[in-house]
Amino acid sequence: MGETDMEKRKALNIESRLAQIGSQEDPVTGAVNFPIYQATAFRHPKLGQSTGFDYARTKSPTRKVLEEAAAELESGDAAFACSSGMAALQTIFSLFKQGDHLIVSLDLYGGTYRLLERILSKFGVSASYIDTNDLDELEKSRRPETKAVFIETPTNPLMMITDIEKVAAWAKRHELLTIVDNTLLTPFFQRPIELGADIVIHSATKYLGGHNDVLAGLIITKGKELSEEMFFLHNSIGAVLGASDSYQLMRGMKTLALRMERHESNAIAVAEFLKTHPAVAEVFHPVFPEHPGHEIQKKQSSGNTGIFSFKVKDARYVEPVLRHIRLIAFAESLGGVESLMTYPAVQTHADIPEEIRKAVGVDDRLLRFSVGIEHIDDLIADLGGALDAAMEEVEGGKRHE
Amino acid sequence: MSEQHGKEQNGQESRKFATKLLHFGSEIDRNTGASSVPIYQASTFHHEDVFNPPVHDYSRSGNPTRQALEDYIALLEGGVRGFAYSSGMAAISSTFMMLSAGDHMIVTEDVYGGTYRLLTSILNRLGIESTFVDMTDLDQVKAALKPNTKAVYMETPSNPTLKITDIAAVTSWAKEHDLLTMLDNTFMTPYYQRPIEHGVDIVLHSATKFLGGHSDVLAGLAVARTPSIGRQLKQLQNGLGTVLGVQDSWLLMRGMKTLQARMNHSEQSAAVLAAWLNGRPDIEKVYYPGLLDHPGREIHEKQSTGYGAVVSFDVGSGERAKQVLNKVRIPLVAVSLGAVESILSYPAMMSHAAMPAEVRHERGIADGLLRFSVGLEDIDDLIADLDQALQGS
Repeated sequence: MGETDMEKRKALNIESRLAQIGSQEDPVTGAVNFPIYQATAFRHPKLGQSTGFDYARTKSPTRKVLEEAAAELESGDAAFACSSGMAALQTIFSLFKQGDHLIVSLDLYGGTYRLLERILSKFGVSASYIDTNDLDELEKSRRPETKAVFIETPTNPLMMITDIEKVAAWAKRHELLTIVDNTLLTPFFQRPIELGADIVIHSATKYLGGHNDVLAGLIITKGKELSEEMFFLHNSIGAVLGASDSYQLMRGMKTLALRMERHESNAIAVAEFLKTHPAVAEVFHPVFPEHPGHEIQKKQSSGNTGIFSFKVKDARYVEPVLRHIRLIAFAESLGGVESLMTYPAVQTHADIPEEIRKAVGVDDRLLRFSVGIEHIDDLIADLGGALDAAMEEVEGGKRHE
Repeated sequence: MSEQHGKEQNGQESRKFATKLLHFGSEIDRNTGASSVPIYQASTFHHEDVFNPPVHDYSRSGNPTRQALEDYIALLEGGVRGFAYSSGMAAISSTFMMLSAGDHMIVTEDVYGGTYRLLTSILNRLGIESTFVDMTDLDQVKAALKPNTKAVYMETPSNPTLKITDIAAVTSWAKEHDLLTMLDNTFMTPYYQRPIEHGVDIVLHSATKFLGGHSDVLAGLAVARTPSIGRQLKQLQNGLGTVLGVQDSWLLMRGMKTLQARMNHSEQSAAVLAAWLNGRPDIEKVYYPGLLDHPGREIHEKQSTGYGAVVSFDVGSGERAKQVLNKVRIPLVAVSLGAVESILSYPAMMSHAAMPAEVRHERGIADGLLRFSVGLEDIDDLIADLDQALQGS
């Protein structure tokens, strides 16, 4: 793509750019979808000459179209597609060396916590877990060997909000990198690099892919030096995304805008319904004015994600609720067109020690709902029915064995 | 070499290699009878019962299609558990994470350039130290031992000069010192060499090469010798997320079914090519374990059942190498190897470009060295083509 095409594209609205990912890039046949280059090696026209592609781990045509689209959507300079969200994280964390320290969001995805505490800790990379929206806590956790702040906003599952601009400005003053996990909002609703972040990471398995059918991660970097370093790590570690999966991911991203709008409106409607349900104690959704960070979320994001969590009044409701849901699948993961219910304490957050989980609020009454794009009436009927049945079973004393 | 190694599960393990390649346990889908494993393009799995999770819950942790591939390679290598990764380097980098800061590794000096880069540019920052030795010389290996040595990493035959390491000698010494042994078996594949039978703890593959065999899928594999190593590798593969996608897992299995047929053909051609090159006065040196005077040939014959399909040769100078690369018409001039199509590479500028020139020369990777990965073309055509490229170069 030429420089002028790029300029023209940037002037377009995000919906148009999403719909046309890879659409006008095959110069040979004009095919409206970019081909899947299922090739690992590329012929050199002459020695010392290259088509720009040598070996698929380093750079591959289909992956490149995806990476360019991701960089542009997140307003970064370069993007790198990885075999999973965790592979993307591991690649980013390879920037650090023995003795380095990171400041990390307290309510953290279990896999990230496991990577830091069970693997990176062996190599002398340490982390402090805090409420990253609290500047005093940030300042208190900062050490001479601190290298980066890692933010999830909103967090998963408790939807805690961090002011990206405020933290990135603080980090810049102390020469720390700001890394933001933007999985839940996607560039359609939030673009952390525009707010000062240096690196954005996605588990693209979630909303970007959107169909629970492809495992993928993305890294987006800002700045030439950082982009070059990430390129080196991505190629050297080799946790790259295959060509078919790259295509599948782009295919999913074309409908991101439509899906996110529906995920958002469905999630808000379900959250409002749950607030009124007698089996529910608390609903965590940033759309509610009383939710901490409601104002920050409104300022830095143009919309809300499709997941939120809620606490039932009695832990005994959990098992029957999960048994009675029919339309909603009980499974790990989130961000797909299908609705999924997760029980964080035993699934996604099982690797986080109980005392930390409980301190954050991920206890045995918490359920996370990834609201799909089904009809809202059917979702409410399914969940409402399961909650009613659970109350009936527990209060009626006929507990399921 | 004995095929009757290990346990007898469903009689699978006592079968001959060619049969195992086609009948590995997942060749028929149990639900539909389909003649190939379905591609489970799913990232997550429904739990019927919250307290009895399904076998697979999330594809990073386990996916039925990838599982079939992982069981397949474990069977072929005679290990207890297999793992599939997004590339050979992802397999190697994930496996190296078994170590901790302060640990030391002894590594073959001929190691693949990408592995060299990983050790000297990334893992060194995490406090992992490595010493590169001539692995064909057991005294050098022994001399490299330090109190914090934790692992030995081998490649045999090595890339690109096909040096031979005595696997059993290294592993039995390593065991005396409680060292973990790892071996990159990419060049031989389990058809010709099964390192676990010689005591190796972890076998690694760039499956992009001979196992996949079609230059169309990037993949890495690891096989563990014991359940405890298997558990550690599983934790790392899941924790780091460096897994192979399901389409690629399926493509790789498809390629592996013809491994023996491809290796047989390519090896036959490679032997003819090596002999032909060896008879030419304008070739400085030919490296191929099948040549009578290849150093370590006897050791190789003791531990392997074939010589493989890679022939390296020195045309005398960097200039002549470049001319040959520009004049050949049949082989792909490219990086990589181990495909149905022949690939001619220039290690100095490709696979080993990450290695500083003086280190490269020390290791015998001369400026005139070319690496020929022999494919399935007719050998007469390959020789005629190389002949015209060498003439006047």
